[in-house]
Amino acid sequence: MSVTVTSRGSCLTAALSGDIDHHGARTMMRELEEIISEELPRRLELDLSDVSFMDSSGIALLLMARRQMEHAGGTLRAVHIPAQARRVLDAAGVGRLVPLE
Amino acid sequence: MQHIVLDEAEVSFPSRSANEGFARAAAACFAARLDPTLEELADIRTAVSEAVTNAVVHAYPDKIGKITMRLRLLEDDVLEIVVRDQGVGIPDIKKAREPLFTTGNEERSGMGFTIMESFMDTLQVRSTVGRGTTVTMRRRLARRTSQ
Ligand SMILES: Nc1ncnc2c1ncn2[C@@H]1O[C@H](COP(=O)(O)OP(=O)(O)OP(=O)(O)O)[C@@H](O)[C@H]1O
Ligand SMILES: [Mg+2]
Repeated sequence: MSVTVTSRGSCLTAALSGDIDHHGARTMMRELEEIISEELPRRLELDLSDVSFMDSSGIALLLMARRQMEHAGGTLRAVHIPAQARRVLDAAGVGRLVPLE
Repeated sequence: MQHIVLDEAEVSFPSRSANEGFARAAAACFAARLDPTLEELADIRTAVSEAVTNAVVHAYPDKIGKITMRLRLLEDDVLEIVVRDQGVGIPDIKKAREPLFTTGNEERSGMGFTIMESFMDTLQVRSTVGRGTTVTMRRRLARRTSQ
């Protein structure tokens, strides 16, 4: 479980990997919060391709990132979403708040 | 509704967050005998994760308590999962099951029961304040093996 950051101009990509459950989400949330407040990107892209599992803890993580990005005047989107995570996000209607691609 | 029980297994573990992954894996392993699709397996893992995480986070807010998960194979390819705790209980179950309702902090979204409901065929929640909570979920798996 980890967060890997790459940046291109004002766009930052954070690749999350591993299980995003209650057990793993807390550290990920802290890391992501730190990255956002340090880098203050205009656009943040969460790359979920290497997420092996996600439950409602991942929803809270996405909404937290969205709130923080909104505060900083930037935008957030999630890309490369695996099927299992997609079903969770769809069931919760997260797509209305965070663009999912 | 009474069902014939074809097989069953039960595991108990302390309410440590590391056991969330264990519970998901155990349920998926038990369900494997039904030759589930990848999507069915993913749904089962997700529903179990929600139920067990609730017991870890809400049932025992400031101590480690016991969580029991019983898996049963019922007739007609129905998988039943029961997650039980002896924690604080839920004062208003109807309210607790509403989307976005949470008594948790910003790490919770209030969507756990909604996800269990949408990924399983049935969800039953029984709870007594001060005594604990029992969540029963059932899902009928599509028959793929020819017989
Ligand atoms: N086993 C339990 N013991 C005590 N209270 C519970 C239990 N399960 C659920 N609850 C209560 O029901 C509420 C709703 O649960 P639900 O799983 O839908 O959302 P959540 O756990 O708060 O957030 P999320 O699941 O999205 O992380 C919880 O906030 C809690 O108050
Ligand atoms: Mg929950």
